[in-house]
Amino acid sequence: MLADYSILLIGAILVNNFVLVQFLGLCPFMGVSNKLETAMGMSMATTFVLTLASACSYLTFNYLLEPLGLGYLRTISFILVIAVVVQFTEMVVRKSSPLLHRVLGVYLPLITTNCAVLGVALLNINKEHNFMQSLFYGFGAAVGFSLVLVLFAAMRERLAVADVPIPFQGAAIGMITAGLMSLAFMGFAGLV
Amino acid sequence: MALMRVTSPHAHGPLSTARVMQTVLLACIPGVAALTWFFGYGTLVNIAWACLVGLASEAIALKLRRRPMGMYLKDYSALVTATLLAIAMPAYAPWWLILVGVSFSIIIAKHLYGGLGYNPFNPAMVGYVVLLISFPVEMTSWAAPRGVNAIEVPGLLDAVKLCFVPGSVDAVTMATPLDLLKQNKTLAVDALWQQNPQFGRWAGVGWEWASLGFLAGGLWMLYRRIYTWHAPVAMLASLTLMAALFDDGGAARSTGSPLFHLLSGGTMFGAFFIITDPVSSAVSNLGRLVFGALIGVLVFLIRSFGNYPDAVAFAVLIMNFAAPFIDYYTQPRTYGHRQGGTASRKGAP
Repeated sequence: MLADYSILLIGAILVNNFVLVQFLGLCPFMGVSNKLETAMGMSMATTFVLTLASACSYLTFNYLLEPLGLGYLRTISFILVIAVVVQFTEMVVRKSSPLLHRVLGVYLPLITTNCAVLGVALLNINKEHNFMQSLFYGFGAAVGFSLVLVLFAAMRERLAVADVPIPFQGAAIGMITAGLMSLAFMGFAGLV
Repeated sequence: MALMRVTSPHAHGPLSTARVMQTVLLACIPGVAALTWFFGYGTLVNIAWACLVGLASEAIALKLRRRPMGMYLKDYSALVTATLLAIAMPAYAPWWLILVGVSFSIIIAKHLYGGLGYNPFNPAMVGYVVLLISFPVEMTSWAAPRGVNAIEVPGLLDAVKLCFVPGSVDAVTMATPLDLLKQNKTLAVDALWQQNPQFGRWAGVGWEWASLGFLAGGLWMLYRRIYTWHAPVAMLASLTLMAALFDDGGAARSTGSPLFHLLSGGTMFGAFFIITDPVSSAVSNLGRLVFGALIGVLVFLIRSFGNYPDAVAFAVLIMNFAAPFIDYYTQPRTYGHRQGGTASRKGAP
């Protein structure tokens, strides 16, 4: 039981890392990694939303779409669910903790367009996870996303002052670095 | 009497980049000598060809970047990258494999990031991982060591032929001890040891002596203060600890004894020649302890539970990736400031 969940977590965090192995959620990965602090805010917001959205979309599919025979509508309904979760989170955070809202505020709406969130929701259905597995899988995916986003941000702060040839400055060297990191993460293959 | 006006600093450090690089090259000698004795001239041919390719790639990159060529070519850094990659590759590697690996290391992993002193990843290990993933067969066919099944290792001429006309000479390849231990599912360790002549006294025939050679070279560099002890000691200690924790005394599912892990594959070479790279590792002493210890843990985990029998290159790259983050949280206290960056109240007006 415990071993199953830890394998699910390690698999989602390292072995099948959503950014570096499955190449999902690349837009925030490249876009919000210029500074370490913003990357940390983004990763906290994403972790919260991804876990919640993963659970909500599971419930939507199994208790709404499946009984009605509307399984083919899952993509569009998951997008709706994710948008609702994001909006709901933003409202709750704004009312309950203005400080947290100031830290996460800008990033919350951005998460709606993070394809990793939709990816997790769809993969949960494909892999036939039950409710707890969906929750853990979403959480693991979010932790993996946060891990590489934060590490990548720390590295990009260093790249910003490196003597990179002009054609490769900025996003180009960032993409090359992401490629090399993806190579390094192939070392985790077969771990679970 | 003429008074000389000399400004400080008056005590000069004797070490320049070129001197450090020369020392690294010299420190490779014991390990390379052991590799050459047990596996034949393949490693030496690898190194010679890799150095040529390395210098040429460095020259091309410098030319394209319009940098002064003489100064950078004479600092030996390209030679060190090429040599380290050539040592890590299997002996008798075909020429194109070395060409791809070394030019990738120098041009992409080093010069695209701004050249010497800016590369976030260790160039030699980037080259190694690129080759291992692109050409797994060539990168895992190791020659059989001398003394196993009365094998004669190829001579110098055969080694050169094997490099430039692959397949022209018959060479015997064998699974390495790490491969054997990884594939073994049924035999107890003692029986595995007896059935396969590749196993030597502590680890693999040849491998154990090459590892000891690299250990000796590394200790000499420590004595010459090329780097501090933190990263290598932390890596070896954490690898030993992990192997001891998981060691179950030699049953079929054994992951190998601590001594076996220390003297197998690239452990010693990685600990003293790769993770001590001052550019791509963490900067502070505490940071290096964390950096080295996590590499040791990753090496053991990937070796024992992952797909790759030797994991040093992957572990190093993953931790290179994490090094800036480690630095961020292990910044040493600056003089006159308390931890956290606020000015010390004592002595402040």
